[in-house]
Amino acid sequence: MSDESRTPVALAGLRADDPHLEPSARNPHVVEAVIAGLMVVGTLCTAGFGAAFWVNAKPWILGATLGGGLLFLGLGLIAWGKYLMPRGPFVEERHPLANDEAEREGLASVVMDRGASVIKRRPLLGGLLGGGMGIFGIVAMFPLLRSLGPLPKGTLFHTDWRKGSYLVDQTGRRIHEGDLAVGSIVTVFPEGTENTDRGQAVDQTVLIRLSNENYVTQKGRATWGPKGYVAYSKLCTHLGCPVGLYEQQLQPGFWERS
Amino acid sequence: MSSEVINTKRAKQEAAGPYGKVGHALNELDDRLGVAKGGRSFLDKIFPDHWSFMLGEIALYSFLVLLVTGVFLTLYYVPSSAIVTYHGPYLPLVGQKVTQAYASTVNLSFSVRAGLLMRQMHHWACDIFVGALVVHMARIFFTGAFRKPRELNWTIGVTLLTLAIANGFLGYSLPDDLVSGTGIRIAYSIMLSIPLVGTYLAFFVFGGNFPGTAIIPRFFILHVLIVPLVILGLVGAHLALLVRQKHTQFPGPGREENNVVGSPMFPVFMAKTTGYLFGVSGVIALLGAFAQINPIWQFGPYDAARISYAVQPDWYMGFLDGALRIFPAWSFMGFGHTIPLEVTIPAVIFPGLLFGLAYAWPALERRVTGDHAIHHLLDRPSLRPKRTAAGVAVLALLSALFIASSTDVIANFFHISLNTVLWAMRVIVIVSPFVAYPITYKICKELQGVHGAGKRKTPNLVVRTDEGEYLAEPTPAYPEDVHQELEPTPVPTFIEEPEPESAAPGVRVVER
Repeated sequence: MSDESRTPVALAGLRADDPHLEPSARNPHVVEAVIAGLMVVGTLCTAGFGAAFWVNAKPWILGATLGGGLLFLGLGLIAWGKYLMPRGPFVEERHPLANDEAEREGLASVVMDRGASVIKRRPLLGGLLGGGMGIFGIVAMFPLLRSLGPLPKGTLFHTDWRKGSYLVDQTGRRIHEGDLAVGSIVTVFPEGTENTDRGQAVDQTVLIRLSNENYVTQKGRATWGPKGYVAYSKLCTHLGCPVGLYEQQLQPGFWERS
Repeated sequence: MSSEVINTKRAKQEAAGPYGKVGHALNELDDRLGVAKGGRSFLDKIFPDHWSFMLGEIALYSFLVLLVTGVFLTLYYVPSSAIVTYHGPYLPLVGQKVTQAYASTVNLSFSVRAGLLMRQMHHWACDIFVGALVVHMARIFFTGAFRKPRELNWTIGVTLLTLAIANGFLGYSLPDDLVSGTGIRIAYSIMLSIPLVGTYLAFFVFGGNFPGTAIIPRFFILHVLIVPLVILGLVGAHLALLVRQKHTQFPGPGREENNVVGSPMFPVFMAKTTGYLFGVSGVIALLGAFAQINPIWQFGPYDAARISYAVQPDWYMGFLDGALRIFPAWSFMGFGHTIPLEVTIPAVIFPGLLFGLAYAWPALERRVTGDHAIHHLLDRPSLRPKRTAAGVAVLALLSALFIASSTDVIANFFHISLNTVLWAMRVIVIVSPFVAYPITYKICKELQGVHGAGKRKTPNLVVRTDEGEYLAEPTPAYPEDVHQELEPTPVPTFIEEPEPESAAPGVRVVER
């Protein structure tokens, strides 16, 4: 921080009876008594915190005594500074940060004449240094990035569902045709993935029973809803959150007011 | 040194100089480090007394609380995704398979002495830290304290806010509970949404497809070491620049461009600010004691196939969550790639623009106003109506987005359909800045014309001139409304006892 160019601060003195040194409180003795009270309460709370910790009291007692101790001591200290210490106001000169023209030219000259001219005289070395550093900078990122994880390849496009996969719930129990009543919903996984991270994050599917008859959602999908069962990925295409809300189980009109 | 044997109390005192042992110790220090001049000028530093200068201190002190409580938490938290069976005092979880991260967080909450208090204090301190940063930033913005020569410190401040939000999110993710796990899932999807590099970035950060087992230990080391270290360094730089450039101040009697008026560092400001540190920590401790926050044992462990109702992030992520919730479902699919614009725009481009605007503001304002002068005196916000209105418009937009992060709760609470809430929030978010700007601008303009705004009104004196013209002149403010203070004086280095009236030399009693 010390700076030679700074004007030294004059060592000023004030007589002890100068009004700037008086407290701002109108009645300092009363304020002092109040602050003393705050500090006594603060100290008692702090001691209480020690005792509460010793006997392993409930968390709220620990927090109340710790917080009370800090708060009351803090309020006392703030009041001491605000009401009993010299009221001032005091002033400090602000000197311009900028140096004079000669100093500024000196710095610019050192950078440009003494420094840049060295590089300008040897453009080949300068170019090689710049290029080398640039390549190093890029290559240095490799271990930071490439070591961290595998390349995605096509993994985002595939799940573990295969033709003939058995549907199991989260406990691994196979789902049979008669298990779901009409209007109910269950989260299912291809058997064997229900306990894996990937199964839960990627393969999760909701199985909904809409009716007892084969259910056709649109033309050309006559066989897609056997016995009223339909299944959709549980992952929302928005942010990949699981979709856990099913209108049948919600208060009426949660989505649309009818 | 003289060879006399110093064997009297008084002689010892005189040998030690007028300032006794402390003076001696300071001299020893100055012999080795040369601290006398710099140390005194540091203790002489003047701090303005205005209350709004204390907002940044709330941030600083809640950060200290974060460091202390955070160190406590690291002693018990286990950053691991390994699956364990929970055995502990919280009966509903007993026997469940949970990650070590989750089990250790529940454990430190229930089985470690003062563990729950420390955890809740840590969480509250974080919410207060980011809040104080935002309010502090608003003060700097609306008073023009970011202007030349302080643009660099503004830049550091915006970076600190970014890092604080990021580290808050990282820490929030560590317990691996159902709510925070959903947050990590969303962060993963946001990374995926970045065009070209997003998928690679997400796979590198998570060590593969979501969720994997790498993310908890990685978030942990970022949260407890790397980000706090950068924050700590930038806080140091922020304060060093503040000392180097000195404080700004509001204009007023005796307050000029070339001085600073207020209280000296030692002892007045030091007493107040230490008390403030205690006060801020005390309030955080009381919140930790009485206001439950993030009860992860109620949420349960993370399970990618489960979700809960009313899942809202910490308040400072609310604007992002709101933007994600209400943005229309646009996406681009083609050439074997998907770009989910519904995610990229609200969660990558929008915050990028927002923080970019914050970084660029000092330069933008310089360009628009052509004002390249150095400013140490602050603006009254009403005197800069365009800047103030722009700031309020951004705050209105962010507030509307924050409300939009609770669409599900609003729909349920008011018994209206979720889609109605969604559309209403879309309208409110777009309209709010355009309403806030002209209203603020108008209020600022009005305030400029009001004599003694914010003070009690004084009667107007109607004067009839000799020509018969009537003039209404405001009378001066009531004396008790006028801030009374002495003419500022330089901080005294020496306090001299007033000399007694009759300085007759008395007889000294020498102790033997």
